[in-house]
Amino acid sequence: MSILVDRTTRVLVQGITGKEGAFHAARCREYGTTVVGGVTPGKGGGTHEGFAVWNTVEEAVRREGANCALIFVPPPAAADAIMEAAAAGVPLVICITEGIPVADMVRAKHYLASTSSRLIGPNCPGVITPGQAKVGIMPGHIHQVGPVGVVSRSGTLTYEVVGQLSARGIGQSSCVGIGGDPVNGTTFVDVLRLFNTDPETRAIMMIGEIGGTAEEDAAAFIKDNVTKPVVGFICGQTAPPGRRMGHAGAIIAGGKGTAAEKMKALEAAGATLVRSPADMGATVAKVIGT
Amino acid sequence: MKIHEHQAKALLREFAVPVPDGDVADTPARARAIAQRLGGPVVVKAQVHAGGRGKAGGIRLATDPAGAEAAAKQILGMRLRTPQTPAEGILVRSVWVEQASAIERELYLSMTLDRTRATHVVMASEAGGMDIEEVAARTPEKIIREWTHPALGLADFQARRLAFGLGLGGDSFKQGVTLIRNLFRLYLARDCSLAEINPLVVTKDGRVLALDAKLNFDDNGLYRHPELVALRDVHEEDPLDVEASKYGLNYIKLDGNVACMVNGAGLAMATMDIVKLSGGEPANFLDVGGGASPEQIENAFRILSSDPAVKAIFINVFGGILRVDRLAEGVIAAVRTLGLTLPVVLRAEGTNVEQGKQMLADSGLPLVMADDMGDGARKAVALASGRRP
Repeated sequence: MSILVDRTTRVLVQGITGKEGAFHAARCREYGTTVVGGVTPGKGGGTHEGFAVWNTVEEAVRREGANCALIFVPPPAAADAIMEAAAAGVPLVICITEGIPVADMVRAKHYLASTSSRLIGPNCPGVITPGQAKVGIMPGHIHQVGPVGVVSRSGTLTYEVVGQLSARGIGQSSCVGIGGDPVNGTTFVDVLRLFNTDPETRAIMMIGEIGGTAEEDAAAFIKDNVTKPVVGFICGQTAPPGRRMGHAGAIIAGGKGTAAEKMKALEAAGATLVRSPADMGATVAKVIGT
Repeated sequence: MKIHEHQAKALLREFAVPVPDGDVADTPARARAIAQRLGGPVVVKAQVHAGGRGKAGGIRLATDPAGAEAAAKQILGMRLRTPQTPAEGILVRSVWVEQASAIERELYLSMTLDRTRATHVVMASEAGGMDIEEVAARTPEKIIREWTHPALGLADFQARRLAFGLGLGGDSFKQGVTLIRNLFRLYLARDCSLAEINPLVVTKDGRVLALDAKLNFDDNGLYRHPELVALRDVHEEDPLDVEASKYGLNYIKLDGNVACMVNGAGLAMATMDIVKLSGGEPANFLDVGGGASPEQIENAFRILSSDPAVKAIFINVFGGILRVDRLAEGVIAAVRTLGLTLPVVLRAEGTNVEQGKQMLADSGLPLVMADDMGDGARKAVALASGRRP
C-alpha cells in the first residue's frame, strides 16, 4: 500500500517532446515507473527518445491503459492539458507546470469537478511512492521505503525533509507535492485523509507555507479526523507582507496567511510543530520513536 | 504587477467604466494647462504605487489653474511616505489632474480571487473611502460578497444584488449595475489579480464614478497582455529586484546582511527563516528556480554581491532538476569574473552533489562548506557579523 501511485501506475507524459518532458519521462522510467509514452498534439504516431507519442490523451488511454497523466505542457496550454486528461477519464492528473494564469486554473478546476479525475498541482514536484513509482521531478535516489507520509506545497523543501529522514534511516510511504499556486487540485486535507487510512503510513510530515488558509483547513481536519501523529513546519516565518515569495500562492495579503497563524492552528490541532527547518527529520524521528 | 492610477483609469475608460475627466502631468506647467482645459476645481494626485496618499500630503484640491500648478509643484519631486511605502518613501514623478467631483456618497467595490472557493469574488460596501481591511475586521456585515461562477462569470442578478446592496436607486442603480458588469469584464479580460475602486462615488448630480482605481495583474497572465507589460514602471521597484527580473530570477530585497541563494521558493523561505533563527537577518529572498543555468547563477551571485548591506552569502541548494554540478559551474564562473570579496558558505545536497563538490574543491576557491542547512546558517550568520564560523 501507499497512496496515489504504486506499481500498477501507468504514466503518460503530456508534453513529452519538450525538453523537460523528455528528460523527466526518462528519469521516471529509470526509477522503475511504467511510462507508457506521451502526448504532443501534432507529433503523434512516432516515437521520441524511446517513448511512443500520441496526438491525444484519449488515444494513449485507449491503446495503453494509461491511468496517470504527468503534465509538462507550457503555461499557455497547461490548463487545457489538464482538462484533456480529465475528459479522457485519466483518474490521476499530475501537473508540474509552473506559471499557469490563475483565471485558467479557476476554469480548469471547475471543469474537473464534473469529472472523476483527481488533480495534483499545478506548480508541484509530483508524487513518489519509494520503491514503486516516481511520477514527478523529484530526485528519486534520496528516498527510502518506510512509514512517513510527506505532504508539502513546496518542491525543494520536500527534498530537504526527505533527505533529513533518509539520513536517519527513516523511509517514506509516499511523498506528495500539492503545489505552490493559489488555485490547485488536491489539498492538504485530501492528502491527510489518504495518509490517515493508508496502513503503510505511521506518521505524517506536513510542510506548509504563508498565504491562503489551506493549513488552517488542514488543522481543523487533523483535530477532528487524523489518528496518526502529524509533524508540521510552516516556511515564510520571516516573509514581509504584500510580497509574493516566489510561489504565486505564497503571499501575506491583508494581514492574512501569516506563518504564525498557521503554526498556532496546527499546534492547537495537536500537531507537533517544528520551528527550524533543520529539525524536521529529528522531530519526526522523536515522534515515531526511532 | 501594479500600475499607476492614471493608467488604471485609462483602462477603466476603455471598458466604459466612468471616471472623472483628467490627464497626467510631469511638470507644474503641464498640470496648469490640464486644469485650464478641464475648467473649475481640480484634484491633483501623486502617482505612486502605494495607498494612503491623501494622509501623506500626496493629494491636493485646487480651485483654479494657478492653484493646480502650485499643488503640482509641491507634490512633484516629493518623497511620499505612507504606511505602504518603504521608510524612505517613493519619489513622485508625475501627478494626475482631474475634475473635482461633488460627492454625495462614497462606496467601495472590488474584485479578486477567493482561494478557498477557487473562484473570483466581487465585494461591495457602503463604507467607501475607508480602509476596507478595517471595515472587514470591525463591521464585516457592511461588506457584501458575490462569488462569480468559474465558467459563466458574474450573472446580471448578482450585479443587481451588489448595486441594491450599495443602496443605489433609480438611474444611479442602472449606472451601478453597468459599472459593476464592465469592471468585471475588464478584470477577466486583462487577468487582474485585484480591481479595487475606493471610493466609488455617487455625485450630487446622480452620476456613479470611479474616483480612485487600483488594478493589479496576475504575473502569470502577463504573457498574453504585452500592452500591460508596457505599463510597468520600474522606478516603483527596487533596482536590484528589476535587475534580477531581467534574468528570470525571483529576487526580493530585504533589510538584513546575510544574502541567500536557494533553489525553490519553499526552501528559499525556509532558508530565510533559519538565518533569522540563527540570530541573523536575511538580506533577500532569492529563488534561482529549478532549471537555473550557470549564467543565471552567475547573475544571481553578482546581484547579491552588489547589495552594499550584504556581509556574507549563504548558498543553500538541494539539487533536483537543478544539478549541483551546474550550480558549481555558475558559482566558479561568477567568482572568477567578480572576485570573492565576501565570505561564501555553501551547502549543497542532491543530484550530482559529489561531482559538484569536487569541482568546487578543484577550483581552489576559499568557500566555507556546510554539512546541512543548520550548519550553513550558523556559519553564514557568524561570518556576516565578523566572527569566525
